[in-house]
Amino acid sequence: MSARTLTINQTLVSAREGESVLEAARDAGITIPTLCHLDGLSEVGACRLCLVEVAGSSRLLPACRTTVSEGMQVQTDTPRLQEYRRAIVELLFAERNHVCAVCVASGHCDLQDLALHVGMTHVRYEYLAPSCAVDTSHPRFGIDHNRCVLCTRCVRACDEVEGVHTWDIAGRGVAARVITDLNVPWGEATSCTSCGKCLLACPTGAIFPRGSTVAEVQRDHSSITRIMTARGERW
Amino acid sequence: MDISELHAIAERERARRTSIRIHCCTSSGCMASGGVVLHEQLTKAVSAAGRQAEIETVAVGCMGFCGLGPMVVVEPEHLIFERVRPDQAAELVGALAGKPCSIERGDPQHPFFARQLPIVRRNGGQINPERIEEYIAAGGYQALYHAVHDLEPNEVIEELTRSGLRGRGGAGYPTGLKWATVAKSRGERKFVVCNGDEGDPGAFMDRSILESDPHLVLEGMCIAGYAVGASQGYLYVRGEYPLAISRLQKAIGQARRLGILGSQIFDTAFDFKIDIRVGAGAFVCGEETALIASIEGRRGQPRPRPPYPAEQGLWGFPTLINNVETLANIAPIINGGADWYASIGTAQSKGTKVFALTGKVRNTGLIEVPMGISLREIVEDLGGGTPDGVAVKAVQTGGPSGGCIPASLFHTAVSYETLAEVGSIMGSGGMVVMDASTDMVELARFYVDFCMDESCGKCIPCRVGTIQLHRLLSRIRAGEASRAELDDLEQLCNLVRDTSLCGLGQSAPNPVLSTLRYFREEYEALCQPEP
Repeated sequence: MSARTLTINQTLVSAREGESVLEAARDAGITIPTLCHLDGLSEVGACRLCLVEVAGSSRLLPACRTTVSEGMQVQTDTPRLQEYRRAIVELLFAERNHVCAVCVASGHCDLQDLALHVGMTHVRYEYLAPSCAVDTSHPRFGIDHNRCVLCTRCVRACDEVEGVHTWDIAGRGVAARVITDLNVPWGEATSCTSCGKCLLACPTGAIFPRGSTVAEVQRDHSSITRIMTARGERW
Repeated sequence: MDISELHAIAERERARRTSIRIHCCTSSGCMASGGVVLHEQLTKAVSAAGRQAEIETVAVGCMGFCGLGPMVVVEPEHLIFERVRPDQAAELVGALAGKPCSIERGDPQHPFFARQLPIVRRNGGQINPERIEEYIAAGGYQALYHAVHDLEPNEVIEELTRSGLRGRGGAGYPTGLKWATVAKSRGERKFVVCNGDEGDPGAFMDRSILESDPHLVLEGMCIAGYAVGASQGYLYVRGEYPLAISRLQKAIGQARRLGILGSQIFDTAFDFKIDIRVGAGAFVCGEETALIASIEGRRGQPRPRPPYPAEQGLWGFPTLINNVETLANIAPIINGGADWYASIGTAQSKGTKVFALTGKVRNTGLIEVPMGISLREIVEDLGGGTPDGVAVKAVQTGGPSGGCIPASLFHTAVSYETLAEVGSIMGSGGMVVMDASTDMVELARFYVDFCMDESCGKCIPCRVGTIQLHRLLSRIRAGEASRAELDDLEQLCNLVRDTSLCGLGQSAPNPVLSTLRYFREEYEALCQPEP
């Protein structure tokens, strides 16, 4: 396997033949934001956040699906790319109901991190505010479609790592939804092995462990009440 | 099968024919206006007049002038009858015996016919598409015979490259170059795919070709298979075209029985099979990588290119994907020669293009015109202007991926380059004429609505960007937007165009951008005044 030398943001970078621009950039300490990418899964090039400018190409190219070549000139952070990335993240926030304050993933969410990374201060687009379902039919996990960004990381993790392919996509456009088996409630999806890989792959709070959501948290005051009142009861 | 057998079939067919043939159009357009019933009534009227020995009625393919359907043409005198009702069948047969006739008569010298140059549509209205003998009698399958017997695969590609043919699906990629790439790609197997997933609103060129001359497309696919080294072809047709599908199925069966399709075609070592795959109603499946996914039985979604299908297509094997009209051009080029074909059209765009002329235009239907013809000639000479004589405002070409060209630019000659320069595209051939009554903002909103509905949802800019575009256009249309929002609209268009994954999203803003470019005052008139 031979090496390739390319220029990323005016810096000479060495990369292995066949490597993607995204991998080469990361090795060189250059951050390119991603959402649908997850190390180890196949690349779909769907989120369009890793788009970069490559000299000689009139189109913007997804870094995750673009193979390095000798002498390639790549720009990863031009004002135009910054503006497009911010707009794409805003489009995602406007699409469904991403309210961090009541989300199980707040503080460890890829979408939230992205918003910070691209410097999103507000959303310029109209909130579509769809009313999406929450499926809690599975005994251990739940899926809140309001948080789903359709990155298909769960679909690929289930198919490529667990080898099951419980997850897939149904519908199209903004009506597209991730589904389990042939669009049955998750709890009835017989192919699901309950391995939880989809949960680990999910970038947002869409797929969550049961019991962790704001609504599910239950406070049991009985033990503290007993401590507080124990003295009174004794005397 | 030998060439002499092919000639013998043609000879038998010509000998079988009666002296007078009544051609009655039974393609989708005329079928909708009663063509099939008319054909039955004409057949009955001929028997009632006792003239079966000299007159036969033939259910033929599309004649093009769909607005005046059902059309009947009597050969060899080429008498044209328009808007024929089934109850006029006896009258029409009577007219052939010199009796008076009140049916509308068409003029063969009418510019709608006279200005056309039919190459891919030359059998339309001439032959019964359900009989292979008629296609062979019209010179069919001789190009294939010539190719597999007398030419090396690279000679076929050479001929095609010299002809200057470019992809008729819209993008205009040089066909010879595409074939050469597939021929050079290494793979255990190779495939030829015909893209018949025509989905633009107002476009029915490919439908008409498939319905009127299915063998022409099959012959083109076979020659393609021979040239690139494929032994399997797939014809991807959208499910909304049942007549095209049934005629193609018949055509494939007939060709197979004669040994023109299948193994050892024309007694050579070349094998080629064609199977039909029916689309399930998704516009995005016209995009080649989504089409491949659909044929493979997966969800019809595009994937980033490269790798292009020419290297990694169906099941990862090198795959040639051509549009119906492109493949319909192959046999005429092999028959007529590259030099003949290259003599038609402009320097960069050779040959002819079929357009579906619709909208506010007197003569609606299908036209095949040489490249380089001006939009004015198409709209005013062939189209005859607007039905009520008011001025034409613009034409929309290329459907939801195209743009609007204002009347002030009608001197533009039709070619891939010139249409792109004025902000539209050649596209697959939809051409919608608009007059002063057309609301351009509403038009842009219509096309964005279409793309929004047809977006597969895979990439964010197309999935969410088109719906935001639609919301913004609706606000402008309702008079709720400010002028500053026109800039937002333009920015959002740029985002969707530059960052979407496939051609659907990349071209979805075109109708908005082109109407903003030429009809910005209509947008501004709807905006709220500055405070």
